[in-house]
Amino acid sequence: MATEKRVVFKSAWLPWVLLAPQVAVIAIFFFWPAAQALLQSVQQSDAFGTSVQFVGLENFRNLWNDESYLESFKTTAVFSSLVAVLGLSLSLTLAIFADRVVRGSGLYRTFLIWPYAVAPAVAGVLWLFMFAPSIGIVSYGIRQLGMAWDPLLNSNHAMALIVMAAVWKQISYNFLFFLAGLQSIPKSLIEAAAMDGARPWRRFWTIQFPLLSPTTFFLLVINIVYAFFDTFAIVDAATKGGPGKDTAILVYKVYFDGFKAMDLGGSAAQSVVLMVIVVALTVVQFRFVEKKVNY
Amino acid sequence: MVERRPWLDFLSHAILIIGVLVIAFPVYITFVASTHTTQEVVQSPMPLFPGTHLIDNYATALSGERTGTGSHASVGRMMVVSLVTALVISLGKIAISLLSAFAIVYFRFPFRMAFFWAIFVTLMLPVEVRIGPTYQVVADLGMLNSYAGLTIPLIASATATFLFRQFFLTVPDELVEAARVDGAGPLRFFKDILVPLSSTSIAALFVIQFIYGWNQYLWPLLVTTQENMYPVVVGIKQMISGGDAQTEWNIVMATAMMAMLPPALVVMLMQKWFVKGLVDTEK
Repeated sequence: MATEKRVVFKSAWLPWVLLAPQVAVIAIFFFWPAAQALLQSVQQSDAFGTSVQFVGLENFRNLWNDESYLESFKTTAVFSSLVAVLGLSLSLTLAIFADRVVRGSGLYRTFLIWPYAVAPAVAGVLWLFMFAPSIGIVSYGIRQLGMAWDPLLNSNHAMALIVMAAVWKQISYNFLFFLAGLQSIPKSLIEAAAMDGARPWRRFWTIQFPLLSPTTFFLLVINIVYAFFDTFAIVDAATKGGPGKDTAILVYKVYFDGFKAMDLGGSAAQSVVLMVIVVALTVVQFRFVEKKVNY
Repeated sequence: MVERRPWLDFLSHAILIIGVLVIAFPVYITFVASTHTTQEVVQSPMPLFPGTHLIDNYATALSGERTGTGSHASVGRMMVVSLVTALVISLGKIAISLLSAFAIVYFRFPFRMAFFWAIFVTLMLPVEVRIGPTYQVVADLGMLNSYAGLTIPLIASATATFLFRQFFLTVPDELVEAARVDGAGPLRFFKDILVPLSSTSIAALFVIQFIYGWNQYLWPLLVTTQENMYPVVVGIKQMISGGDAQTEWNIVMATAMMAMLPPALVVMLMQKWFVKGLVDTEK
């Protein structure tokens, strides 16, 4: 595809006018705050916000020595790997079978994609309701099986709750990309393998799965980004980061430290760490996916 | 279909149906809970079939005239705020992105690539990682508790610019030449040729951005402190307070149904564009 136009319009002022709204919006609401975040991360203000002092990398050193921050890193790692692994494997399973089914596949797709439209906060509320210790319908079922269940007190239960809600919301997204990936694999490849006597299970592992690897990798990155950032609402609605701080993922902690505990420097330093993580993930995604995407 | 394997076909349908049922279960429970009285919902186990209070509960939620703990804001008002927010975000983003993509693709001017990269960088940092300072900017501009504060900072991301740029690059150069021969200037070309040609991309993007705008949570939570500016997604969370027993779960669930409906309808009705929008914006 061309990356430049041969034929262009000539005007000294029009392109600037056309660009102006976009540039104004990103300058005021994107670059200015991002620069502020960088600046605040090397400053310390007193409790009343009256004096500000340059402290260099001290905020970052404090983070490094802060048990609860390191704990939040671990929580985020556990949470995002569970969300990514469960979300990808469940949606891949559904996509494989949907790809196989000829009749009704459009109908299945319609029924599988709508959780994408559900707001994370609403998803959090729904799952909280089903799994609430005393009134939840699923909690009732779990109790009938003779097991204890209390996400308000048990951190493993709380983690399970937010993982389920996050996976539920993300399955449709992964499913669509996996299905598109499977359908773009030439049918002749599959037919040739079938003629050579390869059974479905073997065909999947030797042909479809390797050819899906760019899609899988792309989705892995997207799912990690999702688990890191878009799940704030799920956590806030379902567990509020509790019990204790056991489900306080990094984004939740940035919010809590900055807006509830009013530690601006610490919160800004945390933002900067998060920015570095997103930029790294984006770069990885572009370098690898762009290179490997043409099969 | 490569070969006949009746058993495998049966298995496929069985697994897909189980998948659909499991995914639909939370919403079914939500619907059932929204049709009972509070007492019926908080008993354990709650009823598994719809009750008779559907209209009462939805009317109570919409008007906000209820008795339990938690926020008493009117859900009707919240739905209006959500709708306006989602529309302004999606249409605003499409408008400024069409213009800037047009400038970058169809003109040569100094620092063109610098602007291109500046817009590109915004793809990387979601509002979640710069909430503190962005909040400060919005507060300094006096935009708290306003539609401007709810929407403009979220318009500031450039996914749409890239989608339109990619699309414009595939538009044949001959069209520009023909327009020129006919004496049409750039704005005329943009309005009469480029925008109509982009209508599929615009529809696709609209679906994705509408859902994005409707489902925002963290940002509205920060910039709105008055109940009359809560979008429904934020408002619903404020209705849950205290223990499970004091919350009017039937009303909360009626609100959840109403909060889910508009974006779900947009996805179902515009499925074709939704899928295209998703694949195009992300890749």
